[in-house]
Amino acid sequence: MANKKKGQTQVCVYPDWCKGCGICVAFCPSKVLELSALGKAEPVREEDCINCGFCELHCPDFAISIRPREIGAACPTFPSGPPSNGEAC
Amino acid sequence: MADVTQLIHDYLRHNKKFPHVFCPGCGHGIVLGSLIRSVHALQLPKDDVVIVAGIGCSGRMAVYVDFNTVHTTHGRALTFATGIKMANPRLKVICVMGDGDALSIGGNHLIHAARRNIGITALVLNNMIYGMTGGQCSPATPQGNNTMTTPNGSLEQPFDTVELVSAAGANYVARGTSFHAQQLDRLITDAIQHPGFSVVEALSPCPTQYGRKNKFKGAVPMYEWLKKNTVKLENRKENDPRIPVGVFRNLDRPGLEERYADLKAQIRAKGQGR
Repeated sequence: MANKKKGQTQVCVYPDWCKGCGICVAFCPSKVLELSALGKAEPVREEDCINCGFCELHCPDFAISIRPREIGAACPTFPSGPPSNGEAC
Repeated sequence: MADVTQLIHDYLRHNKKFPHVFCPGCGHGIVLGSLIRSVHALQLPKDDVVIVAGIGCSGRMAVYVDFNTVHTTHGRALTFATGIKMANPRLKVICVMGDGDALSIGGNHLIHAARRNIGITALVLNNMIYGMTGGQCSPATPQGNNTMTTPNGSLEQPFDTVELVSAAGANYVARGTSFHAQQLDRLITDAIQHPGFSVVEALSPCPTQYGRKNKFKGAVPMYEWLKKNTVKLENRKENDPRIPVGVFRNLDRPGLEERYADLKAQIRAKGQGR
């Protein structure tokens, strides 16, 4: 939270966990995210992110992760390994 | 803010099917995140936390978290929790209930748990409707609102959870919303630490059942409604129609399990004197 400078962060959205409710898109103070054609949140203006943490706290599906930017580092596709064939309930 | 999501993922049961069953935009996911952050902030070991949940959308929360969990019968979450707390007072028992679960089917148990002042944290997720069973009118549906069973507007007065449990005698009573996640974190953290019965009512929008029937165009307008129609208790002026959020009651009376331990010690001392 201390660092309010823009462009210090990388915004990762796990597409398999995102349900496209649009909360992050609507409430992001610098309009970093947008819904893609597939109906998933997508960081389109990542360099504008001020690291406020709103999307991370308010994502009901735990699909957004804000991390310090490392040049060239790719976002992991899944939060903790690829999905297993989980029990239905 | 780097590890908020990672922290939540550490507390989830990854052998369950994810993403979870809650509808897109449902506030229950945010409350679940808040609960996990609160337990993490208190540094409680996973084995010392018991989540007891009833039936309903909120009942699904117990399935996804990696604590000791019980998914109980409808409305009886507090009764199971009472048994667990009395049998093992060392455990932190958190009872997750919906508004139908806590106020109508288990309304009796809620007031009596508050009367006994037993050391349980009750988290009442109020989405103002019976979401899972198809959108029937619940005891928390505001007067005049449409639901599946009241298509021309509900005629009944809703329950005010905060006033109900305060009158019944709970130690700690607070109300938060899923829009104010950081405040909700603080309220749940306080409630878990507090001795005696503590209740946190979390307003959590239901876009699928409640929103669709009440002219909300999706999840986002419901969160905007929460933002506009809530006011902090400290800043509230008289006759403000907005919903007050914050801590309503903060007492320090001993819980039932403490009084029970005292009684046991007293009787034992008496027996040894003979």
